[in-house]
Amino acid sequence: MSSDAIDAAEPLRELVIRPRSGWIAIDWRELWEGRELLYFLVLRDIKVRYKQTVLGVAWAVLQPLFTMLIFTVVFGRFAKIPSDGLPYAVFVFAGLLPWTFFSNNISQASMSLVNQQSLLTKIYLPRVFVPASAIGSGLIDLLVSFVIFALLMLYYQVGASPRILVVPLLVLLTAAASLGVGLALAALIVTYRDFRYVVPFLVQSWLYVSPVIYPVSMVPKQWQPVLALNPMAGIIDGFRSALLGLPWNPVTLAVSSASSVLLLAYGLFYFRKTERSFADVA
Amino acid sequence: MTKLAIEVDGIGKLYRLEHAGTGTKSFRDALTDMARAPLQRLRRLRGSDKSMEDFWALKDVSFDVAQGDVVGIIGRNGAGKSTLLKILSRIVEPTIGQVTMRGRVASLLEVGTGFHPELSGRENVYLNGSILGMKKREIDRRFDEIVAFAEVEKFLDTPVKRYSSGMYVRLAFAVAAHLEPEILIVDEVLAVGDAEFQKRCLGKMQEISKSGSRTVLFVSHNMAAIRSLCSKGILLNRGRVEATGDAASVVDTYMSAEDGDLSSTKQFAKGSSASVWMKSAQILADGLPSSAIAMGSDISFKIEFGSQMALSQPRLGYVISTAAGDRVLTSNNRFQSSNPLAVPSTEGTMRCELGKIPLMPGRYSISLWCGDEGGDHHAELEALYFDVIERDLWGLGRLPPAVATMWWPTSYEVKS
Repeated sequence: MSSDAIDAAEPLRELVIRPRSGWIAIDWRELWEGRELLYFLVLRDIKVRYKQTVLGVAWAVLQPLFTMLIFTVVFGRFAKIPSDGLPYAVFVFAGLLPWTFFSNNISQASMSLVNQQSLLTKIYLPRVFVPASAIGSGLIDLLVSFVIFALLMLYYQVGASPRILVVPLLVLLTAAASLGVGLALAALIVTYRDFRYVVPFLVQSWLYVSPVIYPVSMVPKQWQPVLALNPMAGIIDGFRSALLGLPWNPVTLAVSSASSVLLLAYGLFYFRKTERSFADVA
Repeated sequence: MTKLAIEVDGIGKLYRLEHAGTGTKSFRDALTDMARAPLQRLRRLRGSDKSMEDFWALKDVSFDVAQGDVVGIIGRNGAGKSTLLKILSRIVEPTIGQVTMRGRVASLLEVGTGFHPELSGRENVYLNGSILGMKKREIDRRFDEIVAFAEVEKFLDTPVKRYSSGMYVRLAFAVAAHLEPEILIVDEVLAVGDAEFQKRCLGKMQEISKSGSRTVLFVSHNMAAIRSLCSKGILLNRGRVEATGDAASVVDTYMSAEDGDLSSTKQFAKGSSASVWMKSAQILADGLPSSAIAMGSDISFKIEFGSQMALSQPRLGYVISTAAGDRVLTSNNRFQSSNPLAVPSTEGTMRCELGKIPLMPGRYSISLWCGDEGGDHHAELEALYFDVIERDLWGLGRLPPAVATMWWPTSYEVKS
């Protein structure tokens, strides 16, 4: 009861509700105060994901493993795509780590609002949290994939270097880019329902403009910065440098970092601009 | 001077209704609309565009609520109550006007928002509590109280999908009941669960309202609850504030509102040469005159009749139709046994008991025909109108969608 007294001693907060229009500033204070809610939403997504099925954790293992096997056979063996002198399996898995994280985040985040409409129409909360929480469970999958990757490196006798310390930063960039795209798509899908059919197609096309199955070095030098406008280009390339000891490519990494941040900013503002009408159209 | 907790200043909410609209817009529609836009604008200028209609769900709504007031918001279906609550809860944005609120706001338009069936009771308490705006330490502190109130101690670690609907609702309400905001906005749905639990919910509301420290806005169709819980009342009618004041007088205004056709009693002019006629008709819900009938109430009507010749058995037929004019049901005592008067009379009353008709919320009309063995002598088409008002009959905390006129109480049995 003592903390109630502290709450009561705070001056009453004044809240003004009025119609707004155009681009709306992001309420950082509200997001910070709601951080516990974000935590519980992330926890829910993780628990539900691993609780619902016996395959729960196995799924997180099998998905990247099978993708790697298929890619290795089709692109490594049949198409003989170069892999910067590394075993193709290791090479493609290093790309699949951020790519699977990125694409799952987009798919989950973009459907999060339409799948939880009562959070839009029955209550007010910082709505950005709903797509954002989808990324939390993606992180767990990513961790599982890292374990498989470590085993794979052991098997192929590929050593790790201290560069691995850059990985968290790259993961953060991936999260930023996917959140930006996920937020924009989630907002679009609430307003225009048929956009949900665009998402799988978008993700699939995005895979081919990202250097997952091929190395950036396959792209002509002068086009590499253009390729890097796709944030996943520089991030995947960075992953390979950090994990497999390939040389750094500062230009692609810089361009991709900038475009990740821009995507996130755009996603946040677009979401903010449209969220005020969510409950009207949901 | 008491401080104001809520100041509502001239708010309005405009919805554009598309006549041929399908509800949710698709991107394809947006593209075709964009292509048509210049043409449409031209038509609108010339005033010939019939495809869009402006509808003000709320208009010029202004009122103040002092700190510690418990305010009941009443009004018929479509009066704008839920739109008002949604604006105050920040779920939808007003089209015009401004609201100022002082204090932490929590709103309950539904119990158990965000509950996940796969999660355990314990996990859902934390999730739902934080969705409602509670801090983790608040939930920690009140956790035992919440669980005790819901009486689910034994099932805390069971996924809520295995809960009975009663347990589910009790747990959901228990979380909500332990919110401690300065301003609480509560919708009708709180009247859920079995009678025993409802009594405890009302008790909890009473506790909150008596404490005097919290400002509460409460929407209900239960006039008894409004009278006993609320100090002030606001009556909405067609998107506007019709009356404000102390709760009892606003409830009286509402109950006696001769809102056009919507009165519970109607007097008829005597037909010139009719040999049997109706003097008046009255509609009753659970035995009390009312044209606002909660789902599942006993519906009856009472006809006062007159006759030139003493008769022992007036004949009466009725048809209940939807507002759109579709006939829903009919009956006529010509084809059913009814008890004749022992001593024939030239006037009297006839009471028709319809019982619980599972009509879905909406507006209905009653047409009446009255006569004797010779035929019908007096007809009153659409003599009375009544509204059926949503009520959570099954204690689920949610209402069935109104996809048909009647909700048929069905018993389901699953076998493997």
